[in-house]
Amino acid sequence: MEIMEKDVAKTATKLKTQQILEGKVLSVKWEPNLKYAWDNGPALGRYLAELKNGRIIAKKCNKCHRIMIPPRMFCELCWRPTDEWVFVKDTGIVNTWVVSYVDWKAGRLDIKGGVRPITPAVIEIDGASKGMGILHLLDEVDPWKIYRGMRVKAVWKPAEERIGAITDIKYFKPIE
Amino acid sequence: MRRVAIVGAGLTKFYRNVQETPKELAYEAAKMALDSCEMKLSDIDCVVIGTAPDAFDGLHMKGEYLTDGSGGYRKPYMRHYVGGGTGVLSPIHGWFHVASGMFDTCLVVAEEKMSSAYPHPAGAFLTIFDHTTEQPLYPTLIWIFAIEMNRFMTTYGYRKEDIALVAVKNKKNAMDHPSAQLPGEITVEDVLNSEIMAWPVNRLDISPTSDGAAAIVLAAEHVARRVTEKPIWIDGVGWALDTAYWCTRDLYYPDYVEVAARMAYKMAGIKEPSKEIHIAEPYDPFTYKELHHIEGLLLCKRGESVQMLLDGVTQRTGNLPCCPSGGALGVGNPIAATGLMKIIEIFLQLREEAGKRQVPGKPTCGVAQAWGDLMQVGTVVVMRS
Repeated sequence: MEIMEKDVAKTATKLKTQQILEGKVLSVKWEPNLKYAWDNGPALGRYLAELKNGRIIAKKCNKCHRIMIPPRMFCELCWRPTDEWVFVKDTGIVNTWVVSYVDWKAGRLDIKGGVRPITPAVIEIDGASKGMGILHLLDEVDPWKIYRGMRVKAVWKPAEERIGAITDIKYFKPIE
Repeated sequence: MRRVAIVGAGLTKFYRNVQETPKELAYEAAKMALDSCEMKLSDIDCVVIGTAPDAFDGLHMKGEYLTDGSGGYRKPYMRHYVGGGTGVLSPIHGWFHVASGMFDTCLVVAEEKMSSAYPHPAGAFLTIFDHTTEQPLYPTLIWIFAIEMNRFMTTYGYRKEDIALVAVKNKKNAMDHPSAQLPGEITVEDVLNSEIMAWPVNRLDISPTSDGAAAIVLAAEHVARRVTEKPIWIDGVGWALDTAYWCTRDLYYPDYVEVAARMAYKMAGIKEPSKEIHIAEPYDPFTYKELHHIEGLLLCKRGESVQMLLDGVTQRTGNLPCCPSGGALGVGNPIAATGLMKIIEIFLQLREEAGKRQVPGKPTCGVAQAWGDLMQVGTVVVMRS
C-alpha cells in the first residue's frame, strides 16, 4: 500500500484564515473565564515570603548535597525529604538565553517601533549548586551582547511594592 | 510477551484550519488504516487514542469526545497524552494491549486540531508552566525551545547557518509527501532571513500550526501473518520522562531520549544503533531538535550531528536517512498525529512502499522518536521488516 495524493485528497478540507476572520464560515467564539487560587505549599510559600523580604532562599538535600532553587520539600533525585533552608545570593550567571520578538501568545512585538525584545534566560544562582537555574528576564543590557557565563544581579522592586511573587525581582542586569 | 506487527496505516492531509471536526479527522485516518489491510471495525478488539492538550480544542476530556471518530464505541478504549511525545507513545500504548495477550488487534489513532485556538495555539501552552515560579513571567514554548537551542549551540559551537540545513532538507523531502502542509525548496539564506521569532529561532526553524490525524492497525503475530504478507514488527519500545524542574537540567543534551532509546534498543537487541539502524524519523518540531534527538538516539557521538548533516549522511540518499518523510518541518506538526505520521513513514519505508520518498538500499530496521511535555519526555519505537 502506498499512501497516494488521491487517498489523502478527500480527508481534510482547507479553509483560509481570512475566510474565518471575515465571518464567511460559521464560527463560534468562546473566551474561557476560568479562575484558580493556587496553593504554593511550604517550600514555594517560604520562597515567595523571602522574595518579599528581598532575599532568595533555597533548600538543601543532605544526601546528594544539592542546594536547590526553587526550594522543594522533597529531593526529586534522592526521593527523600529535603533538609536545611539556605539563603543564596541574588547574583548569578547566564546559562542560556533568548532574544524574543514574540509574546506569550506568539503575538509580534513592535520591534521596528522601538519595543525592546524580551530577553528571558536561565540564570544559575550563586550559592545554589552548579547548574541550578531559574527562568527569569534580563534587562538593562543590549540583547545582542548577552553571552553564556555573563554575570548578572537581580533588580528588585522597591520593598513597599513587593507582594511575595517571582516578579518581586523585576529582572536581572549585568554586573559591571 | 507476544510479537506485535503494524499491518495497516492511514493518514489525512495536514493543513492549518481544516473544516472537518476532530472526530471527522480521526474517522478519516482510522477508516483509511482499516481499509489498507482490508479489515473491518468488527475485527478490532480495542482502540487507543493519542491526542495532546485539551486546551487546543477548548474541549476538556478530548479523548472521550474522539471516541466515535476513532471507532472506540463500546470497545475497550483508552487515551494517552505526553505532549509532543504522544504520537510515538501511541503505538507503544497499543503494543501493551496486544503484546500482553489481552487483545489480538488494536486500532491506534492520533488526532490533533491546533487551529481552533485563537489568536494562536501557542497561548494555550502558558498553563504548562509552573503556576508560581514561571507563569507570572509569561513564558512561551518558543522561548524555552530557543533557550535550549542556544544552549546546544554554545556547548558545541554549532552555527545557525548549519542547523538551518535541517529545514532545507526536510521541506524538500516533504515535496514527495501527499499529506504535506509546508513542502518546498528553500535555501539556508531563506531560513536565516525569515522573521526572527525568538533568536536563535527564526520562523523557518519552526514547524507550523497544523490539523490532521493518523492511524495504524496493530495485530498479534498469528493475525498479522494472515492479514498481510509484509508485517512490520514493533521490536523495541522505550519511553522516559525527566524532571519538570527544567531549569535544573543541562539542556544541551536530551538524557531522557537516551534513556528511552536504550530501553528500546535493549529490547530489540540493538548494540550499535548507528550501524544497525538504517533509517530514522527523529522528532523535528524545530530545526535543532532533529540534531539534538539524533545525538540522544545515539545515532552519532555527542557534538557530531551537525557534521553528519553537512556530510549528507541524513539525506534520503545518505547512509542514515533522517526524516525522509519531510518531518514536522515539512509535512506539518499536528502534535500527536505527527509522531504517528513518523511511525507510518518507517512502516512504509520498511515495506518499500514509500513511493517517491523510498530510500535506497532496502532498509530493514528503523527508529521513530518523539519528544514533548516540558522538554522532558522521550518516546522511541524500533521497527523491523
